[in-house]
Amino acid sequence: MGKPLIEFKGVTKRFNSHTVLDQVDLEIYEGEVATIIGKSGGGKSVLLKHIVGLLQPDEGTVLFGGQPIYKMGKKEWNRYISQVSYMFQNNALFDSMTVFDNIAFPLRQTTDLDRKAIEDKVRTRLEQMELGDVGGKYPSELSGGMQKRVALSRALVTDPRIVLFDEPTTGQDMIRRNAILSMIAQYQRRFGFTAVLISHDVPDVFFISSRILALDEGKIVFQGTPEAFETFQHPFQDEFVDSLEELQEHLTGIYSKRHFKVRYQKLLGRKRPQERFVVGLFALDHFEDLCEHLGHTAGQEILDSLGKYINKHFGAVGGFSARQSRSQFSIVLPFSNLPEAEQILRDFSMELREEGLRTIQTEARIHREACFEFAVLAGLAEGEFGVKEIDRILGQARKNQREVARVHCGKRR
Amino acid sequence: MNMTNWKNRNDVPRARWPLIHPLGKGMIRLINYLGAVSIFMGKSLFMIFQPRQVPLIIEQVYSIGARSALIVLLVGLFTGMVLGLQLFHTLVKFGSAGVLGSAVALSLVRELGPVLTAIMVTARAGSAMAAEIGSQRISEQIDALVTMRIDPLRYLVSPRIAASIISFPLLTALFDIIGIIGGYITGVMLLGVNAGAYFYRVRSSVEMEDIMSGFVKAVVFAVIVSTICCFQGYFTHMQKDSYGAKAVGLSTTSAVVLSCVLILVADYVVTSLLM
Repeated sequence: MGKPLIEFKGVTKRFNSHTVLDQVDLEIYEGEVATIIGKSGGGKSVLLKHIVGLLQPDEGTVLFGGQPIYKMGKKEWNRYISQVSYMFQNNALFDSMTVFDNIAFPLRQTTDLDRKAIEDKVRTRLEQMELGDVGGKYPSELSGGMQKRVALSRALVTDPRIVLFDEPTTGQDMIRRNAILSMIAQYQRRFGFTAVLISHDVPDVFFISSRILALDEGKIVFQGTPEAFETFQHPFQDEFVDSLEELQEHLTGIYSKRHFKVRYQKLLGRKRPQERFVVGLFALDHFEDLCEHLGHTAGQEILDSLGKYINKHFGAVGGFSARQSRSQFSIVLPFSNLPEAEQILRDFSMELREEGLRTIQTEARIHREACFEFAVLAGLAEGEFGVKEIDRILGQARKNQREVARVHCGKRR
Repeated sequence: MNMTNWKNRNDVPRARWPLIHPLGKGMIRLINYLGAVSIFMGKSLFMIFQPRQVPLIIEQVYSIGARSALIVLLVGLFTGMVLGLQLFHTLVKFGSAGVLGSAVALSLVRELGPVLTAIMVTARAGSAMAAEIGSQRISEQIDALVTMRIDPLRYLVSPRIAASIISFPLLTALFDIIGIIGGYITGVMLLGVNAGAYFYRVRSSVEMEDIMSGFVKAVVFAVIVSTICCFQGYFTHMQKDSYGAKAVGLSTTSAVVLSCVLILVADYVVTSLLM
């Protein structure tokens, strides 16, 4: 894993007699997306503000590349802080400036770029964030979602090495939330910055995170991969994560990975050993290109509609589904064997080509003339009750994936 | 003994010092406040000469200076008219109505011009400075500047102080001229003082020293008003027992009240030093 880029060592922060951070030790590595999760008012923003020097710890220290940031000289500090960008929870946009000026502001004030170069850079960012026509408006004239995207544009316009996102999806609907997360993931991959994210969007945020940091009662109770967090046993899981995941299920009807596994384990308990079942894995191919071409919101709309479509179709034959990753859905068909499941998949494929893709396209509000391309892949694998490793069966389903439907320039194939 | 230890000492029998304790506490708070204001002012004055400041200063000269011109003009005119009226009736008793021009001009140039201009600009632009910076503080815009490597003192405070230093003397000069014209309107046009005598007295009695003392006062008031108003706005989040919009309101009120009091205190100090 190498040396951490940012490291907290025994950081304690108190406000009067209230201890918000209590001996916090954590590491953030270069190029990763580290997500901090925790209850509201639990000190997540306080933790993030220590990285940019807006707050200083009462005890302990924060290191950047092994060097304590609070002991840096002015030049070193300026060099360090010029590599960091912060997106505030309430956006902190300058309300007396237009959207264009807000985004151009850090470039005008801290770089020697000429007027033309700044304008080009800002225009590019506005287009990338689907804000092309609001450059001349003031932040107060925009919706909450648009303001978030302006703040995101401003945070990324200086091409920072580290970007700190303080609840970037607060106040957004489910599609927008996922669109913003998708945007962060895409830019993180494209520009290679290190992202530190505070988010309540469990489990969606897990799909874009390299590591999860769980903050509970002022202490870091977990740091590790999202996969390791799935099996993390702690009261924090029951109190916080479960409640958020249940809310998500309630809204979409699709299980989270963790609840999917819980349901699977329950199913194992009810069935006799050697009874067969089928696991399917669906993927939206070229998802990144789709987001790039149609925008992240439309991309998420398509994904959301596809998930619901799969859930509706396979739910009718007793199956249950879950979102496995950003663009993958899994299903379990507990009452089917492989030949039956293949037939169900063929029916699904035909229905998807004939009706489903048009429905998805309409639900995602994509213009009929728009030219774009995506394919739906699906693979099935048979499992046996008594064999507990769902991940192995899912791996087999992934190997068996083939194209079941394709849209090219709005035409279904 | 450091201050924190002193504040936390439990062995001081408070009941035996019913007056000393709050007095000392208040004094320490005052010294802390003065120290903080001095550092704030020193840093901001230094930052006036940093790069990229000229456009920001010009913008503030428009906001503080140009947009205050009308109110200064109105107040100056009526102050001059009232002075002309009052002084005429007093001077006539001594048979000295001819020196009305001197009395009006000297009162305005030495005292009333700088003081009333400063109070008017405090009410109009000072309150706006405190409210604007205060609302930027509570909406984390100042924190955003820090994270963008932009010093808030350089970007928000020093252009306002520089613009005040430029604007206050100019507005004072405008006030003086309009005030003298106001005195002319009541003294000459309404009460019949000789026009030539009025302007002759103005020219002969007002010396460069008087004008300069007025300008020195204007510059001192500019630094005081802009520093206090920006300081109150900048530390809005540290207002005791109030948050958000209420804290902004409180900062604005205290900025105006404190500035007005300090203008009068500084007026006495500067006058006595220049005498």
